[in-house]
Order: sequence, then structure tokens, then C-alpha cells
Amino acid sequence: MNINLEVEVVEKESTAIVLLAGEIDAYTAPKLKEALLPFAEQKGILIEVNLEKVNYLDSTGLGVFISALKATKESGSELKLVHVQDRVKRLFEITGLDSIITIDTTVRGGK
Amino acid sequence: MKELELDLENYRNLLNQYITTQDETSLYQAEQFSKLSMQHNISPEEIIHVHIQALRELYPDLPKEVDNSMEFLLEAMISYGLAYQEFQSLREKQLELKSEISVAASMQQTLLSTDKPEIEGLEIGAISVPANQMNGDYYHFVTDYQGTLGIAIADVIGKGIPAALAMSMIRYSMDSFPENQRFPSEILQNLNRVVERNVDPSMFITMFYGLYNPLTSSFKYSSAGHEPGFFYDAKKDEYREIRAKGLVLGVMNDVTYEQFEIKINEQDMVILLTDGVTECRVGDRFIERDEVLDVIKQYAHLPAQEAVELVFKHFERLQDFHLRDDFTLIIIRKNV
Repeated sequence: MNINLEVEVVEKESTAIVLLAGEIDAYTAPKLKEALLPFAEQKGILIEVNLEKVNYLDSTGLGVFISALKATKESGSELKLVHVQDRVKRLFEITGLDSIITIDTTVRGGK
Repeated sequence: MKELELDLENYRNLLNQYITTQDETSLYQAEQFSKLSMQHNISPEEIIHVHIQALRELYPDLPKEVDNSMEFLLEAMISYGLAYQEFQSLREKQLELKSEISVAASMQQTLLSTDKPEIEGLEIGAISVPANQMNGDYYHFVTDYQGTLGIAIADVIGKGIPAALAMSMIRYSMDSFPENQRFPSEILQNLNRVVERNVDPSMFITMFYGLYNPLTSSFKYSSAGHEPGFFYDAKKDEYREIRAKGLVLGVMNDVTYEQFEIKINEQDMVILLTDGVTECRVGDRFIERDEVLDVIKQYAHLPAQEAVELVFKHFERLQDFHLRDDFTLIIIRKNV
């Protein structure tokens, strides 16, 4: 299967906005990890990950968000997920991760 | 060296034949020669050496410049020879690793094997099939002297060998918990600490733990972020999702798990699974949970073991017999 993940990072002062498009699975997860971890390890950064264009996330992808979350806890930064689609949100709910990661589910221009 | 000399003669004849006729067959034979040389671990610079020898024998009056250039080429090829040697030894190592992994896989199977217990009035079907050599899914049955049945079903995130090793750790920590701490919420709470301390930050484990008491027909359960199973209520003839929210194991140190309890009546079923069942996809399409349930319903009237096997076969067929993820399904039915 040839589906990729596009990662775009916009830095504004102490906020890093990470725009993702595609699928997050065992193949694309390393790319996401590479993008997220450097910010998560820095002090006092708000990392806002936009998942509006992510329609699939598997457990390997969840693992990346967990490592990023752990890193932010240590460095005193914050991880926030925004515009999360229902299918993806369900995974965060089942795993209980929605109780420890800030998730904003309003989809832009959607219902 | 003898063999090489024999080959030299062969090579010289081939070379001569090609130079004079330029026909395709001698080119083809040259290809065969190189394949044979590889089988005999002959390095590229050795072939050039043979080429120089043959050339000198065929053309004793070869211009000195050409002869020198061949020596030059020989030197230039030496690194390729070394790379080739390295490739050979890597290939051997890879074979070794492969056989070690299969030994590890069979050891894992022995370590993690669990017997399906015989409990009067209860029918149990269970299947667990790994996508690769080692299984990151796991289920385990524990019975105690009071006749209660503990059921653990888990999925390690992070695949492959590290995941499988983490599973063995879980299994052995569970065995070490004292008898009086067999309640699902306590077991998950203890395991969470073990996993949090010992496992890589990107790895985590989801687990559902259930405890059935045949005397009271009560089923107590807790979940650590595990894919929800289903409960079949025979009286109402309806399936419900088993909801039990809890955080996956290994993310935070101090987590408490809520414990739930239901009563199991005659012909009721508890259906437990891992996300290898619900994350199954066909081409670009995902299988929805409702579809999974539909397939389970289709076979649910059969004996429990037959049912889980047929559900597995159904999804295996759907995915062209190539599982993307480990697949585990358990059906428990109260018969009396």
C-alpha cells in the first residue's frame, strides 16, 4: 500500500503547529516521531498537532503520541491535538488517552 | 586453486569465442560463468585476474599500455571484492538470526501457552494467530482452588520481537501476584506499574481482565484501554459492547482502574477480541465494528471453538490470507 504521511511544521514563537495529512501507521510513524520529538524535548513549547487530514491512525501512531506526551511532561511543554476525526478520536477514547492528552475535536467548517 | 585453473581455460575459450564470433551464446555462457563464480565465493578481482591471464595467453603481443591498464583495473576492483565478502558474511549472519528468531518464537509459544480450562457449565473457544513470526497478542486463563476463572487478553503495541518479549514479562508478573489479589482492577493496577517501569516509552500494552465466579455467575472485569468486546444477552437476544474505560498500561505510573460486574445467565456469551480483528482492512476500506459483530453473530450458534475458528477464517479470507495484525478472539458461553 502506497499511502504516505505529509508533515508540515509552522513555528510561531513558543508554539509549534504540526499539520499532518495522510495515514499514521507503522510505516509513517517514524516520520511523525522525527517531527514531534525535537519540540517535545524543548522547554516551554506548545505543540499543536492538527489531525484534520488524518483518516487513519494505528496503534504504532498512538505510541508516537505517547512518547511525545511523556517527553513534554519531562520538559514542561504541552501537547495538544486539534481537529481530530471521529475514527481517530475513537482510538484515543478506547485507550483512555483522551484523559491525559488535550484533544480538541471541532472540525473546521464541519458540523 | 585447481578449480580456478580449470575455469581459466573455460574462460579463455569463452572469451576467444566471443571476440571472434560475437555471438549471444557466449555472452549467455559468460553470465553462467559469473553465477557459478559467485556460488564458489570467487571475488570480482579474481575474475579480472582470470581475464588478464586469458588475454595474455590469447594475445602474447598485447600492447603494454592495455596490459598495464588491466593491472590498474584489478586494483580498482579490490574494494568491490571486500564489499562482496562482507555481503557473504552478512548473508550468513542473516540466516543465523532467522533460525534464532524461529527458536525464540517457539520458546515464546511454550512460555506463553495456556490451557483452555474445563469448567462445568462453561464453554470456551479461543484462537490467537500472529501476523508475523512472533505474537504480540496474548491470552491467558487462570483457575484457582475456588473454581473461579480469570481471563486475560492483551495486545502489545510496538510489534515484533520487543513486543513479544514484553508479553512474557506480563505473563510472569501475573503469576507472581498473590492469590488474594486476583481482582481485575488490582491486577491491572499492578501490571501498569510493572510495564511503566520496564518498557520503552513508545511501547504500551492494552489489556482486558475478567474474573468469572461459577458459584455466583458473576463476571467482574476491568480494561486498560483494550478494544471493547461484546456481551450477548440471551434473554433479550441482543449484543452489547462491553464498556470499561481505562488507560492503557505503561503510560503513567499511578493509575487506578474501575471494575465492573455483570451477571451471566444461561446461554449468555462474553466475546473478547484484540484490535487485529477490528483494525482489519480490505484494500483501502476498513472493516467497521458492526461488520465484525455481524460476522461473529453469523457463527455464534456453533460450539465456541468452532465459532472462533470460522470467524478467523472469514477475516483471513477477506484479507487475502495475509494478516496485517495479530488476531485474537475468545468466546465464552454459559451452557447451564
